[in-house]
Amino acid sequence: MIAGRAWKFGDDINTDLMLPGWVMAKTPEEQARAVFAANRPGWIDEMRRGDVIVAGNNFGMGSNRPAARSLRNIGIGFLVAETINGLFFRNSVNFGFLALECPGVAAAFEEGDTAELELDAGWSLRNVRTGRQLTPQRIPERLLTLMRGGGIFPLLEAEGLIAPRAR
Amino acid sequence: MGMNIAEKILAGAAGVARVEPGEIAIVEVGTCVLTDMNFFPASWREVLKVADPARIVVVLDHFIPANDPQSAAAHATARQFARRFGIGRFHDVGRDQGISHVVVADQAYAVPGTVLVNADSHTCGGGALNCAARGVGLPEMLFAVTTGKSWFRVGETIRYELEGKLRPGVSAKDVFLHIAGKFGAHVNQNVEFGGPGMANLSLNARRTMAIMGTELSAEFVIFEPDDRLIDYVRARNPAPFTPQWPDRDARYKERRPLDLGAIEPLVALPDAVVNSSVPVAQVAGQRIDQAFIGSCANGTLDDLAVAAKVVAGRRVAPGVRLIVTPGSQAIYREALAAGYVATLSEAGAVVTSATCGACVGGHMGVLGPGEVCITASTRNFKGRMGDPSARIYMASPATVAASALAGHIAHAGEFFAGELA
Repeated sequence: MIAGRAWKFGDDINTDLMLPGWVMAKTPEEQARAVFAANRPGWIDEMRRGDVIVAGNNFGMGSNRPAARSLRNIGIGFLVAETINGLFFRNSVNFGFLALECPGVAAAFEEGDTAELELDAGWSLRNVRTGRQLTPQRIPERLLTLMRGGGIFPLLEAEGLIAPRAR
Repeated sequence: MGMNIAEKILAGAAGVARVEPGEIAIVEVGTCVLTDMNFFPASWREVLKVADPARIVVVLDHFIPANDPQSAAAHATARQFARRFGIGRFHDVGRDQGISHVVVADQAYAVPGTVLVNADSHTCGGGALNCAARGVGLPEMLFAVTTGKSWFRVGETIRYELEGKLRPGVSAKDVFLHIAGKFGAHVNQNVEFGGPGMANLSLNARRTMAIMGTELSAEFVIFEPDDRLIDYVRARNPAPFTPQWPDRDARYKERRPLDLGAIEPLVALPDAVVNSSVPVAQVAGQRIDQAFIGSCANGTLDDLAVAAKVVAGRRVAPGVRLIVTPGSQAIYREALAAGYVATLSEAGAVVTSATCGACVGGHMGVLGPGEVCITASTRNFKGRMGDPSARIYMASPATVAASALAGHIAHAGEFFAGELA
């Protein structure tokens, strides 16, 4: 079970808000500072590692840029959204960021609520304050394994297809 | 029950008889396209072997020629990669330079009936060539490059049945804005275009529509093949191919008729592409600082032609910057030969070399605080083209060119008066 304090975001949260163009070639630290800087200035100082994101429809719309990696790097425990953009979902799987679709989630949580995600002994999402329990959409086991296991790079490293990170 | 185009291509690439929505298809990738963005140190991982160098294309496009030392270093890494694995289809600064999606269409690297991946979102554009093309992330790009395979979640498909013909001064961009305004996002869905109206759309128009399908959050955006497409591909790519039509009894989530003749010029309001379209008249008069025509969506020869037609013999309004970025150097040369570059420059436009440039807030047209831009490119997200306080309206090249002349958002209708539909 993974639990975290919820931050609420609306519909159509786009990749450029998580990883703006001007930091694309910058260091991971500078990229982290820019997460949601345009739509929620100061949020990055308020959030803590292990916090989670609860969002509306089409989370992560926009570009292929590794916005999921940015959320993983700043320590977001998981994302639950009404729907997740296809490309953002792919990046979540492949960069190892836990992201699930969960109908009803936007209305079930208020900012600051604690969200408990159970994926091993069952399959559920619970709001600790209200006790309300929801069922996230299932995803194929092999995608979930990638998501929870650090993504594709470790796999390619193990097979000798890419070099291990030098630093 | 038959299959639609996306299902047929995915089933073929997966080596199975059929695929159904909801399934994960593990497919053979026909073409892998990498861009300079993949080679930045923060992203790139050294590749030790590739599945097949002949299936790889490398295009430097986002920051080309290099705009800073980091880009220059990324370009050097890309050159090294291309040399090491003997990548023949390598597009560097120079004659063959261009935006990856534009190059892929110019050269027909997107092969009808096959799967193409590119680690850039606007990859959907390959669908104009009846190719199941999709943007992927860098990790799965490297998975495809090294193993020759990728995975797709098969989505439901929305079929747009095109009818009629666009009126003068109305373009593919307006068709897209109409769809985005009326139907909104198509999350986890494929878009299929076909119908008798398709014959009235140039390949360039189809390219614009397929590219913009990315903004609908669609998985694949695929046009039916026709003779025009098949001749185009045969003239450019010697690879044998099997175009895919939908089965007669193909299953769709929905079929939507779309009368091209009923569409009017539209503008997307700042900060959102979908559910954001309004008629030009609603925002006419809005003062602008910059007007941009370019990107993988609107850097085609058709786009430059219409911009040149609008500004011919006129001048860009004082205080307004009109920046025009062709999608590829091949298009730039065609525009030179046709006189469009001279016409645009004489009117006061700056015609740049081919790159993603201002569209991605990269270089050659980045917006400052509080500035207002009208753009014919792919996205108007907050902060997309520079400072987050800049306001970005999005429209067709004709509307953008007319606005540049007026100094404020303006309808291009007068420049097309008297033309027959």
